[in-house]
Amino acid sequence: MDLAYTPKQRAFRAEVRAWLADNVPAKPLASYDTQEGFEQHREWERRLFDHRLSMVMWPEALGGRGCDLIEWLIFEEEYYASGAPLRVNQNGQLLLGPTLMEFGTEAQKQRFLPRMAASEDMWAQGWSEPNAGSDMAAITSKAIRDGNEYVLNGQKTWSTRAIYADWLFGLFRSDPASSRHHGLSFVLVPLDAPGVTIRPIRALNGKEAFAEIFFDDVRVPVENRVGEEGQGWHVAMATAGFERGLLLRSPGRFQHTARRLVALYQAHREAAGRDPTIREAVCESWMGAEAYSLAAYHTVGRLAKGARIGDEASTNKIVWSELDLKMHETAMRILGARGELVAEAPDAEDGASWLEGFLFAQAGPIYAGTNEIQRNIIAERMLGLPKA
Amino acid sequence: MDFTFTEDQLAFREAVSRFLMMEAAPEMLREIWETDVGRSPDLRHKIAEQGLTALSVPADNGGLGMDDIAWSLMTQELGYYAIPDSLADTAYVACGLISSLPESVTRRAEWLERIADGSIRIAVGHAVNPLVADAHAADLLLLPHGDEVHAVPRSLVDVIANPSIDLSRRLGRVVWEPTSATRVASGDAGRALWATTLERGVLSVAGQLLGLAQRMLDLSVDYAAQRKQFGKPIGSFQAVKHHLADVATRIEFAKPVLYRAAHAVAHGEADAAVHVSHAKLACGEAAWLAARHGIQAHGAMGYTWEVDLQMFMKRVWALDASWGDRGFHKTRVAGFVLGDAARLGPGRTFGE
Ligand SMILES: Cc1cc2nc3c(=O)[nH]c(=O)nc-3n(C[C@H](O)[C@H](O)[C@H](O)COP(=O)(O)OP(=O)(O)OC[C@H]3O[C@@H](n4cnc5c(N)ncnc54)[C@H](O)[C@@H]3O)c2cc1C
Repeated sequence: MDLAYTPKQRAFRAEVRAWLADNVPAKPLASYDTQEGFEQHREWERRLFDHRLSMVMWPEALGGRGCDLIEWLIFEEEYYASGAPLRVNQNGQLLLGPTLMEFGTEAQKQRFLPRMAASEDMWAQGWSEPNAGSDMAAITSKAIRDGNEYVLNGQKTWSTRAIYADWLFGLFRSDPASSRHHGLSFVLVPLDAPGVTIRPIRALNGKEAFAEIFFDDVRVPVENRVGEEGQGWHVAMATAGFERGLLLRSPGRFQHTARRLVALYQAHREAAGRDPTIREAVCESWMGAEAYSLAAYHTVGRLAKGARIGDEASTNKIVWSELDLKMHETAMRILGARGELVAEAPDAEDGASWLEGFLFAQAGPIYAGTNEIQRNIIAERMLGLPKA
Repeated sequence: MDFTFTEDQLAFREAVSRFLMMEAAPEMLREIWETDVGRSPDLRHKIAEQGLTALSVPADNGGLGMDDIAWSLMTQELGYYAIPDSLADTAYVACGLISSLPESVTRRAEWLERIADGSIRIAVGHAVNPLVADAHAADLLLLPHGDEVHAVPRSLVDVIANPSIDLSRRLGRVVWEPTSATRVASGDAGRALWATTLERGVLSVAGQLLGLAQRMLDLSVDYAAQRKQFGKPIGSFQAVKHHLADVATRIEFAKPVLYRAAHAVAHGEADAAVHVSHAKLACGEAAWLAARHGIQAHGAMGYTWEVDLQMFMKRVWALDASWGDRGFHKTRVAGFVLGDAARLGPGRTFGE
């Protein structure tokens, strides 16, 4: 155990910090769940890319700078500490990206990853269907082989920011006679292909944050398949591991929220002090975010020594989603009667950012596999308890 | 000793529920909320026709003279159907204050009659609320100036709108100048009026929170019975069952606390404030949990605008800190429980 950063790591931190200090927009961007905000965020991603900061742990040839995971954590810490915008292309960069690294052909990597790093292509995730939510193996959308093409039919839903995105990675049934986890294929679909219809769904915050997507004889070339035909479940589970595990939600994000929460408490100390559970929740938030960070450093170290993230990714997902919820609930408690005010209200505090975050935090225990499902996985696969 | 409701009270609640089910369907509320004023004269008219605006008005002034205990049932129905603020504020909270004004306030009778016939909306300001609900749409505002109570026509105030996450709530910062012409009480009398008004405001919100909790539980139970995953209703999974059972448990144990508090206010009991704060905390906890577990049981559906659950969740998140946030109410409970004069223990439930 050696808890000192190397000179190279320190220099990297300093460089990232300095660049962010000079470049992070002073005024927060519009919400990326709106067309305007989406484009502003794309613009920001391009700036990051131009300075090789969008995907630091990717190889240089693919638009990154070949950082290791410790450097990635450092980058994330600096990124969130600076108050920089949320990552609008996270479905591509953090979920599909690593999947392609592992399962993609060389040609697919060259074709998709640099454009993804530059956010020239924005990606949406197409797994869920009306009748396949927690039970993802119930997918019925089809990708039927026809010569050198797949013909797609069916419906996906809850696809985050799909109305603004360029591409979709989805799971389709390529063997119509198959059932459950078998006979699925992982396919990449350009969202402007003929036969694709995207209908926005309004989210809790009133914005068109996700969409349902209909496929009506949509043709995509066979080279858009990732992994072997019929092996889509296996590929998708790797992606899900990234989503639940380390990548999608790095600790910096929650440590930043915890720090803001402490500041909020300090600013409202007198009123907040009347409810002793608030003080406790603020301190627990800090402890929770620290524990999450420590777990990440520990995991990253083990990965460097050749370990793999397994079913314990599910513990991660529970921890970050419930921590995020708790921090935003605590903020609402501190704000008291002003907590309900939206951004347009002149008396709202900090542009109603806590309220916005509180609404989104409600989704944390649902997306990326619900927390009930994660608990089932932990109990059955990690602990070996019998299935219900 | 009989800590239950009379047949009449229960029948009354049933009738109110049936009426609101017909007249205040979620689609209708959504339509109203999307309008600028956010209030429907038509709905208010129907509510008045049913006599609901006249519940608290003394019989001498053309009302039914019902007390806080009846209102603890009524407010649950208002919560269950997410009826906007001004009804409870006008017909319960403001009415309570106005009927306690001395006869010397010459417009008292006129106001009470207009409350009864549904032709007036009254907004109530209180020091505990930074903003005033429904100030923009009120005909009359009851506003504090120190201990003084002022009854101020809408034309004499400016209202700076402060939109809430709950679209059915219309909050405003009220800018106004107190004058002797608007003053209706002051000194000890004013202080006493504001104290009781606070308890009624809190009770009103507590009852609504409880009704909202029940509504979200009902919606979630229905959804969990219908939605299938893995070939079974999701309500058959223990995790989902337990989420909803926890909510039901909270609700069951908040109800009697609310009723006891309503009784204490109706009878002007010395410890009424403690019971009222206890009720607000219990009802708030139940509602907060019902929202959290409700959205969880709904999965992504619960995170949409289209599914009605969101209307009730947002109302809970908004009302939870109105008429005193949790810190305010916990302080009042702690002040009693940890105070020297506290009479605690078995046999003290009803203050013997
Ligand atoms: C903000 C947001 C963004 C999303 N983005 C995307 C996206 O980009 N792409 C995409 O494909 N999907 C996306 N999703 C969908 C998400 O993956 C699903 O919501 C999730 O998998 C749950 O499915 P469901 O909503 O159908 O809920 P259901 O599966 O119907 O679950 C409802 C409830 O039942 C419980 N339940 C179900 N089965 C069991 C069981 N066996 N044991 C115990 N409890 C159970 C669940 O835990 C939940 O509480 C998003 C969702 C949200 C909220």
